Amino acid sequence: MGVWFDAPWIAVALPLGLALVVGAGGSRLAPFMRWLAMLGPLAVLGTGIAHLGAAGSGGVTAPFVSATTAAGSLTWISVGDFALKIGYAVDGLTAVMLVVVGFVALMVMVFSVGYMADDPGQARYFALLSLFTASMTGLVIADGLVGLFVFWELVGACSYLLIGFWFNKPSAAAAAMKAFIVTRIGDVGLFVALAILWGTTGETSYAGIIAALPQLSGGLVTAVAILLFIGAAGKSAQFPLHIWLPDAMEGPTPVSALIHAATMVAAGVFLVARMWPVFAASPAALTVVLVIGTFTALASATIAVGQNDIKKVLAYSTISQLGFMFAALGAGAWRAAIFYLAAHASFKALLFLGSGSVIHGSDTQDMREMGGLAKTMPITAFTWIVGAAALAGVPLFSGFFAKDEVLHGVMLASPVAFVALVIAAAFTAFYITRATVLTFFGSYRGSNHPHEGGPVMWLPLVALAIPAAGLGFAASGIATTLGGEHEALSMTVAAISTTVALIGIVVGVLLYRRGPAADTSLEGSLGGLWRASRAGYYADAAAGRFIVAPVTAAAQGLYAFFDRAVFDGIVEGSAVVSRKLGAWFARLQTGDGQRYAVLMGLGAVVLVALAISPGALETILGWLGR
Amino acid sequence: MLTAVILTPLLGSLIVALLGRLSAKVARVLALLASLASFGVVIAAVATSSGSQAASGAAQWWMLTMDGIAAPLLLLTGFLGVIAVLAARSETRSPAAHYALLLAVQASVSGVFLAGNLVLFYAFWEAVLIPMYFIIGIWGAENRRHAAMKFFIYTFAGSALMLVGLIIAMFQGNAFAMGDLLSTPLSVGLQGPVFWLLSIGFLMKLPVVGLHTWQPDAYTQAPTSGSILLSGVLAKMGAYALLRIAIPIAPAAYDAARPVLVALGIIGIIYGALVALAQSDLKRLIAYSSIAHMGFVVLAIGIGTPLALGAAMLVMISHGLVAGMLFLLAGQLYERTGTYEMSRLGGFGKVLPAWATAFTFAALASLGLPGLSGFPGELAAVLESWGSIGWWTALAALGVVFSAAYNLTAVRRVNHGPVAEEFAGIADLGLAEWLAVAPLAVGIVVVGVWPQFVTGMAEPALRALAAVTGGAL
Repeated sequence: MGVWFDAPWIAVALPLGLALVVGAGGSRLAPFMRWLAMLGPLAVLGTGIAHLGAAGSGGVTAPFVSATTAAGSLTWISVGDFALKIGYAVDGLTAVMLVVVGFVALMVMVFSVGYMADDPGQARYFALLSLFTASMTGLVIADGLVGLFVFWELVGACSYLLIGFWFNKPSAAAAAMKAFIVTRIGDVGLFVALAILWGTTGETSYAGIIAALPQLSGGLVTAVAILLFIGAAGKSAQFPLHIWLPDAMEGPTPVSALIHAATMVAAGVFLVARMWPVFAASPAALTVVLVIGTFTALASATIAVGQNDIKKVLAYSTISQLGFMFAALGAGAWRAAIFYLAAHASFKALLFLGSGSVIHGSDTQDMREMGGLAKTMPITAFTWIVGAAALAGVPLFSGFFAKDEVLHGVMLASPVAFVALVIAAAFTAFYITRATVLTFFGSYRGSNHPHEGGPVMWLPLVALAIPAAGLGFAASGIATTLGGEHEALSMTVAAISTTVALIGIVVGVLLYRRGPAADTSLEGSLGGLWRASRAGYYADAAAGRFIVAPVTAAAQGLYAFFDRAVFDGIVEGSAVVSRKLGAWFARLQTGDGQRYAVLMGLGAVVLVALAISPGALETILGWLGR
Repeated sequence: MLTAVILTPLLGSLIVALLGRLSAKVARVLALLASLASFGVVIAAVATSSGSQAASGAAQWWMLTMDGIAAPLLLLTGFLGVIAVLAARSETRSPAAHYALLLAVQASVSGVFLAGNLVLFYAFWEAVLIPMYFIIGIWGAENRRHAAMKFFIYTFAGSALMLVGLIIAMFQGNAFAMGDLLSTPLSVGLQGPVFWLLSIGFLMKLPVVGLHTWQPDAYTQAPTSGSILLSGVLAKMGAYALLRIAIPIAPAAYDAARPVLVALGIIGIIYGALVALAQSDLKRLIAYSSIAHMGFVVLAIGIGTPLALGAAMLVMISHGLVAGMLFLLAGQLYERTGTYEMSRLGGFGKVLPAWATAFTFAALASLGLPGLSGFPGELAAVLESWGSIGWWTALAALGVVFSAAYNLTAVRRVNHGPVAEEFAGIADLGLAEWLAVAPLAVGIVVVGVWPQFVTGMAEPALRALAAVTGGAL
């Protein structure tokens, strides 16, 4: 326990080293290396657990003010009196994140042993998973924004490389690139926020920034908070930067579980919680967070309803659930948001791995070609239902308690947002019921032979089902770890959310128990609205038309007009003109390099001679009439 | 010791020119030995130098000096000198002459960075042009003559302005020894004209947007070895001279010019990246990306705080390594496919896994991924910008989106997608090629993880310089 406690950076260094070893091992050693790689997440998990207890006794009002349990830093770049430092510091928030990251990464690696068993690129795959684990751990243990930004970008790069893991497929290559570029648009916000904080306070560590916060004007604090949120929105796929996440499903499904459901996409939520005092100082920024979060939660939940690809349902669900977390942050309930983050990580990773098991067993992602899989894949079906119940907010499952805290916080801040989220919760229960019924119940509609994967695939499902079901009972422990006090369940909210969850489930079962035909009748009665929802309200098409196309046109125009016609035209044109300026001048431009060499050599000799006798040059300068 | 830094590649050049005619193999081995020896001498010189002390004093014409700004650039020159020799190994047209000229470039560029007075500086500055002109004009691609001429006339015109500036500085302001420039600036009235006469020549070398059109032609038409030296080393001469001569000699004029430098920097960042995005020729894309990277250098020099100057150094070193690696890889691809046209390429992740991994790595370095060399310099430049230029910082930061766009587009078009059928059977990197690629990758990681390696070396010189460059914009 000691070393995990005192040197949490080992949890970054170990998976980083393992990434190199696993990658260098190549495909021949991969069957061994993939097990070795699991030491990385184990170290992360161990570090998190070691710090969980210690962090609980802090009694703090905001993250990072006084509850740090281990810290250290190095000067990374310094010139003169100015130094950029990188360091680590662990508090309760970090400890919770470490446990989440370590546990989910471990489960995903175990699952991947089965899921990726036949893939020739396994060494690359497990090396990238290790690199991701290292980077995600670095992101949460960094003691300031520079360190966070370093690992923030690295998780993005891992995400890019893993979405495009099957890079020969054009859609995967396109999705990878889109994910990186869209999140980088958000990163500009984070980057500028960092520059403002460094420029005004000379600080980049969280503790330093928070201490120096009173120096900043109110307007600048709001600007910083909103810029940070832009960064968070890119990473956490919030409207309008959400468009990369559905495409990211091109990556292997365990990757979707780890990166695009449980950990990396939650980094935006973590960032806001981590920089909480900045947000707390700006009511305007909190309103922005609340509005974007609530809007994303509701809109994305309605999109998830119309998807036929099981992974797309989960992708839009993830966007929506992250919206719930941001709504909680915007409402001031950052501890509720982190509790929700932890619960969501377990049940959504479970659902994604479950979908992976289904895809692996039935060779399709289209739910219209599934049905009745509960008979052939009972463990997957059972654990999936646990995850679905948690997501839907069925009482006593983890999502129920977490959602209760979130909704309660939002209710106090904004009744409108509360109503919107309650509606979103109803849609959530509905779409996950639809997916559950279409996949596991009724009769099988496909033409393959669905089967359960081996123990490496179902054991992680079972392991994840435990927190997905029971994490709600750890609510008070998590609250204490985060330096707060556990609040009793709000019965009003619980009654409302249970009611809407049951409505969503019942409607879902009634509509879809006879199979996917219900879609057609919904389309018949909803018409354009249904088609719009199915197409994600055309956000992709809009981004293509209003952003990608203009930028591409600008690039082409800049090149064709400015670069070629204007800049180069002047140069080439003047060359043509000068070539015609008399015989002597023309001789100069024949391209005879030797002549230049001689001329220059002479020039240099003259200069040197003049330097030795400055008097001569002064004479010449005088002659030139200076 | 410092003289040896210039003489070793120069002697090597002569030996290769004479003995290399025996056979291509002899030429190759001798050139490699000469470049390695030169690199070794640079390392020894940097390791034993006192670091900050620049020579000063009496008007000797042969005086060499190495300060903290020059030291990392000299190391880069020696390092890329070896890489350029390795990159030229499949050159069949009079290899001895080719290697001899590469070494001559290395010798003269080292002279630029080591020159202890303005006369010597000018002599070396011009001397660089000649071997590089021949490298482009003889060993280049189809359009080599035109490109070589354009390169020559363009930079020669810049040099002419620079020469006038230097003459005025020397004989009106008594500027001569490098070490004295900072302590004896020109009279304020002279500073403006001298600063701009010098800087136009310097900025052309980087190049900045508007003075850049020689660059895509020269970078693309040059053989791989030439592109590596052009982008990796020659471009740095401009920034070096700006830091080492123009600013110390004319600090007031620099101060007045800072908004212009900042603007040129930001324009370069955005313009270079957007135009790179419009390219379908891989080598041209890399050429334009250089403009974007050098934009960060100009921006940082315009900001002028100590950390910003450190950022300028970091971006320079990083760009030398990254552009060098990208040009090297592009050249290796060309040797296999005979084309840089990206619409004909594709799927090389499958066909050339090792090459493709290296290319993706270099592209990620170019887009500024943390852990690799591009990041620390860009980070520090942007962080330091807010204090001087406020919200304009956002434009520079926006550059990271466009740099991601063109770099990942290149990766996607070359490495990803279905395999281009005409190239399905080509062979991956051989051992000798790895020997050129791997050191660059290591260098990129070292600078990315340990940027203080560069800034620490440069610090005393930058600290002294920042005494005149600091302050609000």
